[in-house]
Formats: sequence, C-alpha cells, structure tokens
Amino acid sequence: MEAVLFFLAAIGALGGAVGVVALRNPFFSVLALIVHLFSLSVLFLLLASAFVAAAQVVVYAGAVMVLYVFVVAYVGSDQESAWEPIPGQQFLAPLLGAALFIELSVAVLSSSLIALGTDGPHVGRGFGNPAAIGHLLLEDFLLPFEASSILLLLAAVGAVVLAGRRKEEGEAA
Amino acid sequence: MSIEWYIVLSSLLFAVGATGILIRRSPMVILLCLELMLNAGNLALVAFSRMVGNQQGQVFAIVVMVIAACEVVIGLGLIVALFRRKLPLNVDDLRELRG
Repeated sequence: MEAVLFFLAAIGALGGAVGVVALRNPFFSVLALIVHLFSLSVLFLLLASAFVAAAQVVVYAGAVMVLYVFVVAYVGSDQESAWEPIPGQQFLAPLLGAALFIELSVAVLSSSLIALGTDGPHVGRGFGNPAAIGHLLLEDFLLPFEASSILLLLAAVGAVVLAGRRKEEGEAA
Repeated sequence: MSIEWYIVLSSLLFAVGATGILIRRSPMVILLCLELMLNAGNLALVAFSRMVGNQQGQVFAIVVMVIAACEVVIGLGLIVALFRRKLPLNVDDLRELRG
C-alpha cells in the first residue's frame, strides 16, 4: 500500500515538474506546479510529517500559487520565442541536467549512510504533528522563527516598494 | 519504502528544476523552476529527518518554505515592475548589467 502510494505520488511530482519545464504557456506551468506540490505533500505524509504536508498545501498551493496565477493573469501569458541565443541550448541543458542527476545519485548511493537503505526508525504517532513542530519552533528554534518572521515582513514591504505605482513614472524609467 | 527512494526522487526533481532554469527564458517560469529546486531540497530534508527519527529536519523544511515565499514575493514584484515599464519579459533581453 505504501509503495503504491509512493509511486503514484512520485509520478505526480515528476510529471508536474516536467510539465513546469516543458509547457510553453506560463499559466499551464503554474497549474503543473500545483500538481507537483500536491504530490509532494502526499510524499511528506508518507514520511510521517503531517504538519509540513499541511503547510505545503496551505502555504504553497493555497497562497503562493494564487499569487502566481494573479501575476500571470496581469502580465499576460504570451509564448516564448524559439530563438536561442546560445546555439544548441535546448539539447545541452537537458544533458547538463542529466549529468547533475547522475552525479547526485552517485553521491547518495555510494555514501556510507547505512540507514539510507532502511525505512527509518519506528516513530510514534506524535512524530511531526503540529504540537511537536510548534514545540520545536517556539523553544529550540525561537531565534530562527523570529528571524524568518522579520524576513517575511521585509519581503512584503519590498514587494510593495518594487511593484507600487510611481508618481513620477517618466523620470524613473 | 526505504529512504533511498525519496532521496533519489529528490535529486531527480532537483535536476529537472535546474534543467528548466537553463532552458527557459521567461523570468516567471524561471521562478517556478526555482520553486522546483527548493521543493526538492525540502523533500530531501524531510526524508533525512525521517531517517534519523528527529523532527528538526522538518523545522528546516518549514524555514525553507518561508525563504521560498519571500523569494516569490520579491521576484513577482520585480516582474510586475518590469511589466509596468514596458520592458521585455525575457531574461536574454534584460542584459543591461552585463559588461
């Protein structure tokens, strides 16, 4: 059962990722990324991390993707031109990607981590639930938690400054 | 399923995202491919946290999600600013800073 779920979610995640790269229309790329994110949250559930899976669906598929859809609708989704500035880019890039994958796989499979081949230790029902993660965030990782909240505030202010309407539009450009 | 499978899947997703960044020229799709790579990293973090039986890796994954959200907000703000100034949305045409 677990293997079936894993392979279904893996196919979904991989298909979504390939769709993001291969689809010419940016709007369809965003939709493919949503499929990818939902499949990843299934994988997170299989890895006994319920809170991260829920955050993935709520934060990513819920909030970030809506932002993307709005911007794609605002900017308009025109197709990319087929013109290549570097000759052979369409063939070289997948080759480099495949090389990266082989390199990472060799690094993982030849590592001396014995636990990689196991299912991981037995964990109780409370592993990765919101209470445990919240406890970690507010006690062990309080400083990173507060720092990331300041980072989010800065990003929000920065986005307003960047995308806001200028009064003197002519001289800024 | 052993942890190896998750790690190999994560490196595959990372490679697909890197390929996308090399191939595509629309800044929006490049941001989407960055998301793919960050999510592959997240999957590896959560898989290793399961392998060790320690929840701290999941906290790292949540922090990575926060970073990704910030990056998306700033990137999309830049794209909207580019669009407002009628600049081309193509990373090959935006080469003013290149020497």
